[in-house]
Amino acid sequence: MKAMLRHLLQLTWLEIKIFVREPLGVFGSIAVPVLLFLVVGRIAVGGVDDRALREAAPGDLAFLRTDLPVFVAVMITLSAVLSLVTIIGIYREGGILKRLRATPVRPPTILLAHVLVKLIFTAAALGLMLLAGRRFYPIGVDAPLAAFTAALVLTTWSILSIGFVIASLVPTARFAQPLGALLLYPMIPLSGLFMPIETLPPGLETLARFLPLTYAVSLLRGIWSGNAWSLHLWDVAVLGLVFVIATGVSSRVFRWE
Amino acid sequence: MNPDHVIEVDAIRKAYGPTVAADDISFTVRRGEIFGLIGPNGAGKTTTMECVEGLREPDAGRIAVLGLDPVRDRRALQLRIGVQLQEAQLQKRIKVREAVAFWRSLYPTAVDGEPLLRQLGLHDKRDAWFMTLSGGQKQRLIIALALVNDPEVVFLDELTTGLDPQARRAIWDLVRGIRERGKTVFLTTHLMEEAERLCDRVAIIDHGRIIDIDAPTALVERHCPQRTVVVATDQDGAADRFRAISSATAVRCEGRRHEIDGRGDTLVTDVIHTISEHRMPVSEFRTVLPTLEDVFLTLTGRSIRA
Repeated sequence: MKAMLRHLLQLTWLEIKIFVREPLGVFGSIAVPVLLFLVVGRIAVGGVDDRALREAAPGDLAFLRTDLPVFVAVMITLSAVLSLVTIIGIYREGGILKRLRATPVRPPTILLAHVLVKLIFTAAALGLMLLAGRRFYPIGVDAPLAAFTAALVLTTWSILSIGFVIASLVPTARFAQPLGALLLYPMIPLSGLFMPIETLPPGLETLARFLPLTYAVSLLRGIWSGNAWSLHLWDVAVLGLVFVIATGVSSRVFRWE
Repeated sequence: MNPDHVIEVDAIRKAYGPTVAADDISFTVRRGEIFGLIGPNGAGKTTTMECVEGLREPDAGRIAVLGLDPVRDRRALQLRIGVQLQEAQLQKRIKVREAVAFWRSLYPTAVDGEPLLRQLGLHDKRDAWFMTLSGGQKQRLIIALALVNDPEVVFLDELTTGLDPQARRAIWDLVRGIRERGKTVFLTTHLMEEAERLCDRVAIIDHGRIIDIDAPTALVERHCPQRTVVVATDQDGAADRFRAISSATAVRCEGRRHEIDGRGDTLVTDVIHTISEHRMPVSEFRTVLPTLEDVFLTLTGRSIRA
């Protein structure tokens, strides 16, 4: 057990260093979402002056207050999942996973280390987004930091487990990114992020209720706007269930080589 | 079990669907030797080796490595073996010294990293990323990782495939060095020259079955006893004089070049004797010995390269 924890920390630290060396690693996973957040926020404000912004009623600025921050948070999560799917694909193809299995490292440790790396970068991107938001976002950022971070980590953890199922399906590393994007991104417009799912056509509404991202968006949006966790127990339960099912499935279908 | 037998493989079989990759494979690897599993690509070498390493479970048969069952006692065994997998890569941007440090951290006891890198000629590359190394350097690092836990048995799967001849020779020296330190080496290769130069004993495998096992020279003697002496001489009647040699079975002439086939160790001596007896002026003299390549051809009717 002690050895396992030591291996986990060693491998996580090693993978963090390696990820930082990727040409687009840190830029893509941290700088891009933060810049997107600030630039889109600035464009959305357009010609409205600061005073009008400050005096606007809360409902008027729903896009700036919740939709955009939650959208960026979702993008941070999905890019972490895509990056994980790609890395697992490359590692499998390069025989790295198989080689590690021939050492005393326990197989789950290898995968858990990658999950930790993604969670750390997700939290870092979020932290930077909030910090930069306080200073540069048109209406500032005033959200419960700790609770929202917890919600985002839970969301990422749950959707990363889907990432492992996708990583098992991907035939070669080259398809990892496009196939992952094809499976994950269509969830965004259906997740209730841009329009309430009740307003979707009936078929799509039913579909939306089966997508884990719908519950992630509901949770993130609620926590961001200051709701108590007790209002979102259902979202948490669904995300937890998704994690359990996806982990169960991927432990059966995951391919190490 | 014989304590001198580091690996015992007894009648293992492994099929992937309808394809039988290993069929009734049995062999023994002795302590301190370099043992090679040789055969063409797809013959079942890697499958067999990965069963012995505990990475795959055979459908039938029994394997013991250092007295342990590779699947059941996998964790105990992993500490005592070192593995290089066919075409295995590392993370592109991992530094040489990071790879060694990480691999060392996985084992309760490990050799020092610095001397290991120096031994393998990677010391001045220790801060380089894996992706920037040459093919030979990459392979040396992979071998270094297989040695960090000071293993008793080292598994090397196609370790010089894709390397240029110079890098290949350097790797062979390394493998001999591993044996000199008292370790047992179990390798696979489809390069007959590699097997001949490196292995103390080889098992020839084809279509998932072992055809024969012995020292390379013994296999050649057993299956291809024929050898050829090539002599270039201007002397008239030389061909008839060569034909008179009792150990010669056939003589072919092409201009001044004579190719004398025969069997047994005396052929070369007999030819030299004939040359000196008749004071032949000789401008070329060489012997052509059969190789494992010829053994494979004889045993399977196919060239190993095909």
